[in-house]
Amino acid sequence: MTPPTRARDAALPKAAGPSRGARQERRLGLLLCAPAAVVMLAVTAYPVGYAVYLSLQRYDLRFPDQAHWVGLANYGAVLTSPVWWQALGVTVLITVVSVAVELALGLALALVMHRAVFGRGTVRTAVLVPYGIVTVVAAYSWQYAWTPGTGYLAALLPGGSAPLTEQWPAIGLVILAEVWKTTPFMALLLLAGLALVPDETVRAAMVDGATSGQRLRLVILPLMKPAILVALLFRTLDAFRIFDDIYVLTGGSNGTGSVSILGYDNLFTALNLGIGSAISVLIFVCVALIALVFVKLFGTAAPGTEPERR
Amino acid sequence: MPTVPSLRSRWASAAAGLAVVVSTLAGCGSGGQNGPVTLNWYNFPDDSGALQQAADRCGQQSGGRYTIRYDKLPRGADGQRQQLVRRMAAHDTDVDILGLDVTWPAEFAEAGWIREWTGKLRDRGTADTLDAAVRTATWRGRLYATPYNSNTQLLWYRDDLVRTPPRTWAEMLATAEDLARAGKPHYVEIQGAQYEGLTVWFNTLVASAGGSVLTPDAQAPSLGPPAVAAATVMHDLATSAAADPSLPNQMEDQNRLAMESGTAAFELNYPFVYPSMKANQPALFPHFHWAPYPAVTPDRPAGVTIGGIDLAVGAYSRHPDLAFEATLCLRSRDNQLTNALKGGLPPSLRSLYRTEELTRSYPFAADVLAALDSASVRPQTPAYQNVSIAISHTLSPPAGIRPEKDVADLRGQIQDALGSKGLIP
Repeated sequence: MTPPTRARDAALPKAAGPSRGARQERRLGLLLCAPAAVVMLAVTAYPVGYAVYLSLQRYDLRFPDQAHWVGLANYGAVLTSPVWWQALGVTVLITVVSVAVELALGLALALVMHRAVFGRGTVRTAVLVPYGIVTVVAAYSWQYAWTPGTGYLAALLPGGSAPLTEQWPAIGLVILAEVWKTTPFMALLLLAGLALVPDETVRAAMVDGATSGQRLRLVILPLMKPAILVALLFRTLDAFRIFDDIYVLTGGSNGTGSVSILGYDNLFTALNLGIGSAISVLIFVCVALIALVFVKLFGTAAPGTEPERR
Repeated sequence: MPTVPSLRSRWASAAAGLAVVVSTLAGCGSGGQNGPVTLNWYNFPDDSGALQQAADRCGQQSGGRYTIRYDKLPRGADGQRQQLVRRMAAHDTDVDILGLDVTWPAEFAEAGWIREWTGKLRDRGTADTLDAAVRTATWRGRLYATPYNSNTQLLWYRDDLVRTPPRTWAEMLATAEDLARAGKPHYVEIQGAQYEGLTVWFNTLVASAGGSVLTPDAQAPSLGPPAVAAATVMHDLATSAAADPSLPNQMEDQNRLAMESGTAAFELNYPFVYPSMKANQPALFPHFHWAPYPAVTPDRPAGVTIGGIDLAVGAYSRHPDLAFEATLCLRSRDNQLTNALKGGLPPSLRSLYRTEELTRSYPFAADVLAALDSASVRPQTPAYQNVSIAISHTLSPPAGIRPEKDVADLRGQIQDALGSKGLIP
């Protein structure tokens, strides 16, 4: 609570009876939130700030005494390196393709789950299974499956092909693993959106003679738009930071590394805290831009809030 | 779904942290009353029990002065280095003895994380020890570690397919192509994935061609014509009938599996493949033979890259004197013999290669010793990791190597890596 508000509270002791109660409630709410906010600041704002601070230095973990300020030189080194742009290209490609495929598949699954007349619970559980498996475990299964000699999937390919060793097939398989893994999440978010579509509206459209395609395109999807945008935002942010699937499937070799893999290698293998932090900050900026685009351009809002009624 | 593993690891680390606190408290309690000091030995994870046995034995022999706790590092070399680096960067006083891969002593010494071995300790830590192994533990003329185990590759081949083992790479490729034409198993199994193993292959070939990756003072790339010759050999293999289709993704274990499955005629690998073949493929085992690593030029034996572990004493240890003593005990003759017989790791003591106990289960001991005597050492520099990444990235996949151009590129990248400039890919 800010002092002016308190001063006003004091100046108008009785006139604002009911609203004072509301204000006190608000103050109590803020007080109750405060510890959580402090903890959040300590565990998120501080590390983010420290990463920015590190990114402005030449800092080798092995030689802390030689650390010194270099201004924006690390950002210059990252942004002029073909390695960064190559990783960014791979990351954007994986993000766009996997999220698009997930949206299409997720919508189909959501419609199936929504319409399922019998065995609803079974269908929903079955759909959710991939999402319940630990990503690294699933990634190892994929890795073995695609390795000639040990894998059943590799055995289906023409002899002598090792898809994880070539750039494009490997990126395709990373996308496949991502899609397999997170389509259920997409489907679940879309199912929640589907539940928001009133049955009467759909039936009214049916009475008016709309075909099933028209009903989906002109009635259901527009009503689901908030849910779709939230689902897309969540998945895009997640997909952009892809790490574990690539780490297990290819280790980032043969030009399959994402920006997160690049940051990890520079931080933990090269022990170059300056460059590594600069990469992390740039990833942070990219993620912030994605969120900004979704919120400002598409008007994404948190699920449940309706801007026009606020 | 990143939250699940991270949450789990948080719990795991919290539990581990608690365990450390509890054990430290326990350690303080007993240390205060003249009980044995607990020394922490961080080393690669060993499943055979040989390392644990050595730790226990040394504790008993110390006459109650110390006990050794064997702390297992992660399985992968990168994971091991990451954990050790983080501990040392945080000045961890609980790291008494470090098991370092032979490529790390320069880095750890330059950072001031490990103690120098001087005087009597130096003599005891290098007596009867392989020269190449001592070189890996030496940085700027000073000794910073003592060799624990050693390792090197041999040529393994099937004598039902190959009468006389090839002496050079050219001979080996010609034989493999003959076998391919006859429709017989013909692959040459070698580590072609984009990782440390590819650097080892390149280093071996450059040394075999009479060159080196870095200049002797480790300040600049050397490379030159021997490096071009080495890159040419790699390219020739990768584009010939001898290449396994999985070559660009193969590491030591995939090579072993391919050889055991019967598709290959040759394998360049460490001696662990021998007991494995015996256990997994008794039918092929009688035909499984070994020979010296093939040379690049007929007039010069191959300079096979030495591998293994060096033991160092942590700079922040509270008991350095005991740690030095315990390290010497861990690498004693008896413990190295156990490690060789039980753990399958070739020793670093020369005389052990002639004992009957060893040669009985290591029939190839004499060849390993000969290879180690002419072994080459990987580039020694604190920036080794970056140099190695530059090599493995530039030369991967082997089929895409353009010898002249790639070696020229590599020169620039190694220069940058030595100066820790720019990004590593």
